[in-house]
Amino acid sequence: MADLSCDFVGIKSPNPFWLASAPPTDKEYNVRRAFEAGWGGVVWKTLGEDGPPVVNVNGPRYGAIWGADRRLLGLNNIELITDRPLEVNLREIKTVKRDYPDRAMVVSLMVPCEEEAWKAILARVEETGADGVELNFGCPHGMSERGMGSAVGQVPDYVEMVTRWCKANTRMPVIVKLTPNITDIRLASRAAHKGGADAVSLINTINSITGVDLDQMAPEPTIDGKGTHGGYCGPAVKPIALNMVAEIARDPETAGLPISGIGGVTTWKDAAEFMALGAGNVQVCTAVMTYGFKIVQEMISGLSQWMDDKGHAQVSDLVGRAVPNVTDWQYLNLNYVTKARIDQAACIKCGRCFAACEDTSHQAITMSPERVFEVQDDECVACNLCVNVCPVEDCITMERLAAGQTDPRTGQTVSDDYANWTTHPNNPGTCAAE
Amino acid sequence: MTNTQLTPGVAPARLRDEDYQDNFADKAPPLDTHAAAVAADRCYFCHDAPCITACPTAIDIPLFIREIATGAPVAAARTIFTQNVLGGMCARVCPTEMLCEEACVREVAEGRPVEIGRLQRYATDTLMMRGDHPFTRAPETGRRVAVVGAGPAGLACAHRLAMKGHEVRLFDARPKPGGLNEYGIAAYKTVNDFAQAEVAWLMGIGGITVENGKALGRDISLDALREGYDAVFLAIGLGGVNALRTEGEEKSHVQDAVDFIAHLRQAEDLSKIPVGRDVVVIGGGMTAVDAAVQSKLLGAETVTMVYRRGRANMSASGREQQHAASKGVRIITGAAPLRIFGEGAVEAVEFAYTNETEAGLELTDKTFKLKADQVFKAIGQVLDGAPQGLTLSGRKIAVTGPGRTSLDGVWAGGDCAAGGDDLTVTAVAEGRDAAEDIDAMLTGTEERAHG
Repeated sequence: MADLSCDFVGIKSPNPFWLASAPPTDKEYNVRRAFEAGWGGVVWKTLGEDGPPVVNVNGPRYGAIWGADRRLLGLNNIELITDRPLEVNLREIKTVKRDYPDRAMVVSLMVPCEEEAWKAILARVEETGADGVELNFGCPHGMSERGMGSAVGQVPDYVEMVTRWCKANTRMPVIVKLTPNITDIRLASRAAHKGGADAVSLINTINSITGVDLDQMAPEPTIDGKGTHGGYCGPAVKPIALNMVAEIARDPETAGLPISGIGGVTTWKDAAEFMALGAGNVQVCTAVMTYGFKIVQEMISGLSQWMDDKGHAQVSDLVGRAVPNVTDWQYLNLNYVTKARIDQAACIKCGRCFAACEDTSHQAITMSPERVFEVQDDECVACNLCVNVCPVEDCITMERLAAGQTDPRTGQTVSDDYANWTTHPNNPGTCAAE
Repeated sequence: MTNTQLTPGVAPARLRDEDYQDNFADKAPPLDTHAAAVAADRCYFCHDAPCITACPTAIDIPLFIREIATGAPVAAARTIFTQNVLGGMCARVCPTEMLCEEACVREVAEGRPVEIGRLQRYATDTLMMRGDHPFTRAPETGRRVAVVGAGPAGLACAHRLAMKGHEVRLFDARPKPGGLNEYGIAAYKTVNDFAQAEVAWLMGIGGITVENGKALGRDISLDALREGYDAVFLAIGLGGVNALRTEGEEKSHVQDAVDFIAHLRQAEDLSKIPVGRDVVVIGGGMTAVDAAVQSKLLGAETVTMVYRRGRANMSASGREQQHAASKGVRIITGAAPLRIFGEGAVEAVEFAYTNETEAGLELTDKTFKLKADQVFKAIGQVLDGAPQGLTLSGRKIAVTGPGRTSLDGVWAGGDCAAGGDDLTVTAVAEGRDAAEDIDAMLTGTEERAHG
């Protein structure tokens, strides 16, 4: 049986599945039930400074997009940080941590950009016995209008400055949560690193409008005829999050900086992918908001079974395994030649590969009157679109042409030498470099 | 409930009132909006889709399903009605398992096709419930066309001609329009008087005058129609029934299934329809199934369908056979009637098992007897009273191309015309195509190719 226990910047948890700072972690009742269900840790919903709590809207807080059968694919929210008194939250954090000492208890924080404000709240959090703090530099709605959340996260200098204040004022590990609403995520992670962050976590939610109510002519969620952008999350954001995690993981300037992966993690497999790209653990929100806390059981059993199948004894064996294979386009092997192959026995003759290739690609698939679809190797550029639109898994595959074969499209002999754009004769930079 | 299922002979009121209601409720209740969205999402939007090819009216099925999936069911209905103005009835009665759904790639892939028929019903019901007519009639051309027979072929032809601006007079021998939609289909397939509602909706195009109770050869003649109209479309269906030619056929309670089905459809009170305790239906088509199932639903204790050839030869689809079996109808294949016993009224039928040989069907000496106090004959209908002068092909009116008969200015379609399956949807296609051809002739866009 694989060992799923985790040590993330010194914070121990029985498994790598944490609940992200979000509505599910806003109070003791929820967090106790999450721990009972098996969650390895939580990041308590963001606390603000002492005083009257923020208020939330009294209309809808969430918007969504759906796939077939109303499967929730993406969610956005305009909820702010906790709207409960600081005292209450701190008391509850302390009680829960006392009762679940083996679980990770990290507290998310967001206070104004003043050292005193951070210093004050850090001291209060330390008293709870929490394992660490996460700096919320990510929330893209509401709080950002007040100079907090993503308003900080979008300015690397501020990220570095606040991180430094926090490190100077607490003994707890500091995790910096990054906003994806930025052109190059590495600038923010480098800033956090420079500020002394123990880790970064990402992604926070993405600026979004989930839809437009065409009767009211207003964005959704709509509040009294108006809407505002919210933070987008759920399965739809996973590809964006994976890329940002990978970008940081392979950035030499932040080499070794631990990453907590967030963004659309819904199954054990999603978690494994984040971890393969360098995340030491994952944080989950939308999936539990959709299905409840119980899904962690599938995440634990699925990851465990897969690790056993693959011979990974512990979680750290997996972390970062795929990072060396993330590269730049210019280093991809141009001598790797593949062609689409259609398994005629598996083909159900829907013709979607034909429509896609004929209408939008390279006219490399023919259709006979008997609805037999065949790839024309002399036109096939191996774009993979037919594979992606085919409703039958593994019906169309990409097969590599062996070295020595002739690519009928180019007329050239396939070589098994590695050759990329940097040395390609068409690259104007090739000559200039000489 | 004055009788029970065990009351001997042929008797009404074998069931409680609520049993009649349950038994004759909608066979396949409509999908609600969410169920339709889920069903629609299963469509792969195939290129040059096999379901379209399999549909006799060539409805653009992937397009209308996509329109449903995207929340535009009225647009979906227009897509359907453009090809098949009786798309509402076809959604209820088409043997989709032999047509579009059999061709569906998901039937090939996983044995479970997209529910095209039910989706079609969802779309067409949505539009029809709004009550508006989706088509606009072209300016009047001043040309007049006589359509004989207000069944699916006649209605489709009349609608298309009216849409083109021609004036249509639609004659029908029966008291109500609709043809087999009104008189020939099991009640549970078309509840709430849908056939009449559909005709009324279809008439919303304008330019069509219906004359009920006018039979060709009795009240009107083809010669007079040819004289008085610019074109004639014959869609008179198959008014005759094949005789059994079995000893004892004349005994009472030996009836034609089509009459039973028509009578049942027109009944105000199903409990007043007498049905046998032991019913035998002879035949293997949809009519036989409709008679057998409805006998059971009226409270017959046993109903047995007997078909002379093998199961694969039955024209009732597999799904129809399963439906019959699920209602408790026993199906015996490979047996033909020898004689009908009884003192005045039928009491039993003797059958012989058959052998299919190259020379044809042979009776064997293995026989069996079924107790029967009611027998329905459902061994096919024939063209009855075709006007003189029309060339026949086999026992139907010969046609070429889009329904052109041997007579100048006379077209034919539906069950009375040779070629094509005897299906509602085929009749609609033939009526529509004949209308296009008639229009082309009347407006001079097509060279006259016949006469």
